Amino acid sequence: MNGLLTLLVLLPLAGFLVNGLLGRRLGPVFVNIVGVGLPLAAFGVAVWAWRILETGGAEPLIETVFTWALIGDHAFEVSFYLDRLSAVMALIVTGVGALIHIYSIGYMKGDESYARYFAYLNLFLFFMLLLVLGRSLLVLFVGWEGVGLASYLLIGFWFQDVDKARAGRKAFITNRVGDAGFLLGMFLIFTAVGTLEMDQINQAFAGGLIPAGIATAVGILLFIGATGKSAQIPLHVWLPDAMAGPTPVSALIHAATMVTAGVYLIARMSGVYLEAPAASTLIAVIGLLTAFLAATIALVQTDIKKVLAYSTISQLGFMFLALGVGAYAVAVFHLFTHAFFKAALFLGAGSVIHALSGEQDIRRMGGLARRIPWTSGTFLVATAAIAGLPPLAGFFSKDEILWFALASGQGGSVWLWLLGSLTAFLTALYMFRLYWLVFLGRSRMAPEVAEHVHESPWPMTSVLVVLALFSVIAGWFALPHYLEGALPAPDLRFAWPILHWALILFAVLIAVAGVFAARHLYGNGGQRAEAIEQRFARIHRLLAGKYFVDEVYDRLLQRPWRWVSDRIFLRLGDRLLLDGSLHGLAALARRGAAGLARVQSGSLHWYAWMTLLGLVAVLIWMWRYV
Amino acid sequence: MSEALALNLLLFLPVVGGILLLMLPERRPNLVRGLAMVVLLAQLALAAWLYLRFQAGVPGLQFETRLPWIPAWGVHYHIALDGLNLLLVLLTAFLGPIVVAGAFTSITRDVKLFHGMVMFIQFTMLGTFLAQDLFLFYVFWEAMLIPMFLIIGIWGGERRIYATLKFFLYTAFGSILMLAAVIYLAHTVLTADGTPSFAFADLYELGLGVQVQTLLLAAFALSFAIKVPMVPLHTWLPDAHVEAPTAGSVILAGVLLKMGTYGFVKLGFPLFPDAALLATPLIMTLAVISIIYGAGLALVQDDIKKIIAYSSVSHLGYVMLGLVSYNLLGVQGAIIQMVSHGLVAGGLFLMVGMIYERCHSRDLAKYGGLAKLLPAYSVFFMILTLAAIGLPTTSGFTGEFLVLLGAFNGAWPQFEQGVSHPLVLASLAVLGIVLGALYMLRLARRLLFGETRAPVSGLRDLSLREAGILGVLVLAVFYIGLFPNDLLQKTEQAAMEYQERMLAVRDGEIER
Repeated sequence: MNGLLTLLVLLPLAGFLVNGLLGRRLGPVFVNIVGVGLPLAAFGVAVWAWRILETGGAEPLIETVFTWALIGDHAFEVSFYLDRLSAVMALIVTGVGALIHIYSIGYMKGDESYARYFAYLNLFLFFMLLLVLGRSLLVLFVGWEGVGLASYLLIGFWFQDVDKARAGRKAFITNRVGDAGFLLGMFLIFTAVGTLEMDQINQAFAGGLIPAGIATAVGILLFIGATGKSAQIPLHVWLPDAMAGPTPVSALIHAATMVTAGVYLIARMSGVYLEAPAASTLIAVIGLLTAFLAATIALVQTDIKKVLAYSTISQLGFMFLALGVGAYAVAVFHLFTHAFFKAALFLGAGSVIHALSGEQDIRRMGGLARRIPWTSGTFLVATAAIAGLPPLAGFFSKDEILWFALASGQGGSVWLWLLGSLTAFLTALYMFRLYWLVFLGRSRMAPEVAEHVHESPWPMTSVLVVLALFSVIAGWFALPHYLEGALPAPDLRFAWPILHWALILFAVLIAVAGVFAARHLYGNGGQRAEAIEQRFARIHRLLAGKYFVDEVYDRLLQRPWRWVSDRIFLRLGDRLLLDGSLHGLAALARRGAAGLARVQSGSLHWYAWMTLLGLVAVLIWMWRYV
Repeated sequence: MSEALALNLLLFLPVVGGILLLMLPERRPNLVRGLAMVVLLAQLALAAWLYLRFQAGVPGLQFETRLPWIPAWGVHYHIALDGLNLLLVLLTAFLGPIVVAGAFTSITRDVKLFHGMVMFIQFTMLGTFLAQDLFLFYVFWEAMLIPMFLIIGIWGGERRIYATLKFFLYTAFGSILMLAAVIYLAHTVLTADGTPSFAFADLYELGLGVQVQTLLLAAFALSFAIKVPMVPLHTWLPDAHVEAPTAGSVILAGVLLKMGTYGFVKLGFPLFPDAALLATPLIMTLAVISIIYGAGLALVQDDIKKIIAYSSVSHLGYVMLGLVSYNLLGVQGAIIQMVSHGLVAGGLFLMVGMIYERCHSRDLAKYGGLAKLLPAYSVFFMILTLAAIGLPTTSGFTGEFLVLLGAFNGAWPQFEQGVSHPLVLASLAVLGIVLGALYMLRLARRLLFGETRAPVSGLRDLSLREAGILGVLVLAVFYIGLFPNDLLQKTEQAAMEYQERMLAVRDGEIER
């Protein structure tokens, strides 16, 4: 049916407009109906569109809405494109999105800006759908910047807290750095291919008509954009701070959907990356480094949401590793499973924070398993899933990534696999550390907090259960197989099933080892962990300080730019040189005029002398020259 | 009614309105305001009708009127619309009623004179855009200084005398050189074919030598660059803005600055194409410097008005970059960016005026958390901030995106021939989107977010009048952001003629 995709995109926009304009006046019940109802409807439409796609034999649906600009022979059209890749994305976005909207009913209850919250959340969905459904890079970019805006608004949702408002600004600006790269990549594509429609771009690059240098440059530039949105080194610094937003926002935007936009972008532009092996290698290396370093930071964080934030960065790194070795569908597979277990983890964390009246420090938690059993149970399932324990979702997707890191014919190597496996071990370790410190052991809560511990209301727990369920089964869908027609798959360097099985076994062992390591270190009141901490105090400080990247950026970028603006541009340039010379000229004119004015003093004597002098001068002149 | 007649009516309506205003009693300020409003709304209606009647894709001028004015010198009263001035005329007419509505409560002294000056300046600005005769253009260009001088000088802030003098001296200095160039041109046309003429169309055909062109362009360009303003000729702007009353700032940012960029694209470059091409690396460099320098300065200001004033320097840098890209996308983007900046900066200045009226302070340090106190105000401020940043769906994005794409696209062929500096400059300009976000979000954060703080307690949120003004502006901002195609279609022919003219000269040079 024509117009279906447009409808899909417009539903949340309508929610934004209605709640944004009228929500405050119409009360929370109305806000719920609109703010949650429309995302649910959007999910329904997404399923419907997906059915149509499947009945049509996976032939992409293209829907042109209008021409944004027609300049010369270049038409910039707003059109939507649904193939299996964007269908999967749209289903994740609307499905997980709708769940998190439901959860928010409980979480945000009684907030004075309830309507504003749902308006922003719907706005986010609108832009996110624009991002995944856009056919041209331009539409994708509109969504890309738009989700950044929604993220900015929601991080700073409680804007009266300066730090939260600041975190929002940091997120926006860090993303903008990436966007500059994205724009340049887009311009280069437009210059080389003459269009921004992504299917045509992929065809053009695949046709081998584009020089390799351009493919590499485009690949790197687009990846710079992806590092911003998906929080990869060196632009990862905004995501931990983004945890200042309400927790459901962290779950939806900063874990399940928006931050995966970079992964989607690279997968969508796979045609370019097939021609750009150097750029692909860069992606694999950066992704893996990010995964590893973020995992080490996650080991020592004490804020429950910060642990999960670094975990997200790390998991995104895994996805980029897959992209870098050409296993695009596998990256999307991990994106898919990650959306469920990470949303479950964040929402579980939200439920914990809710139960503890706002406490986020895991050093003041412990022993919550029996007090909030639903939260604890679902959290455990999701923790096991992310740690890669079989047969949960994370096991399947992470195993695939590690397999391709080794076996892919497009840059797979032992080194990638080795460091990836080490990171997988760390993942199990820091996640079970978190679980132990929060839910097991003895309570370290403040007494007044401990008294009020309560399980969350049903809109929250029911969503946790659904997400936990998907954290179990999401890996059972053979998503890479499903995406075969939409995304290219790499050749294998060796197709030995035995090796594959051995690796799987190894991966399981590693995950289990991580769990036991966590138990060993934190199971016993955490004394062993503390001993290690003291023994390696310097390393601990480095990790707890997040490798001091923020500080380095502050010294190297922010302060110098302010210094140049203030000292060079303002004081030296504008005030001293420009205005100074202007004022100097004015003073010169004034002084000159004052000197000349003295000539006309009104004194008769003076005039007489001057007349005489003039006469003499004239006489001399006449005597010499006439 | 014929369109040409309507165009003349559009131009002279403010004159008639101004004369009528003077006949009203000073004791009835609301009557004065009402009449001014009616006249300017009628003007806007005419402009809108003419916009709709304007034919896309037709070469040359439309709705022309050409009457002899000083036959002995070949001077004509010659006005017309084309793709280059169409949107600027519409913008000027659009901002007129907004300026009057915005000044409703802020201007209480010499109301009659003030509205007379607004009429006067509308007349001269429209005249500048519409003129197709260099003499006529120059007369309007100069006359425009008088009302602006008075608006700042009479209704301005504490240091208004300093600011007006600086404004006047800068612009007058530029104008005198331009006058010299105009006289030279007039002289040249006389001797070339016997019949004197000041018509742009004739001047385009002159075919002067490169050296003469260079001198003449320098004279014109100085005058235009001061008005834009391009770094390093910009220091009059922040002072003028800070001291000007809100209405003055809106006119200044909204329309007046565009006279500079319009001057370049209509006169400076096409009249002296060889010289312009020689100067392109310089102009492009200055444009990019303006983008970065303005953004840097905007970051370290604490006076809200200065922040927006410096942001103008940065945003107009994009316009210049688009114009010298000699690429259709870039030129079209520059035209849109001019309109967009007029709406966005105009709106931001209005909003600064609104908060100043309430609190009598423009010091950013004194504010905080206004989103709590003034929710409606904050929503509008945020939207305009985002438009200034160039967020997609706003007009700012349409302009910046096309300019940057055009600059990049135009620089690529040169890059392939081994000339890399245009590409480097275009890429540097892209960084402007980061720097722009830096200072605008700082402004928004300090003003709207954080702990609630204001110099005065008991603030009122927007009145219906204020919300109405901003609502109209914001609608226009979104319209250009979402559906720019209609505008682009009407300007394309003129943009193409400009671009082809410049490229023909450039390619000819390469062949030579």
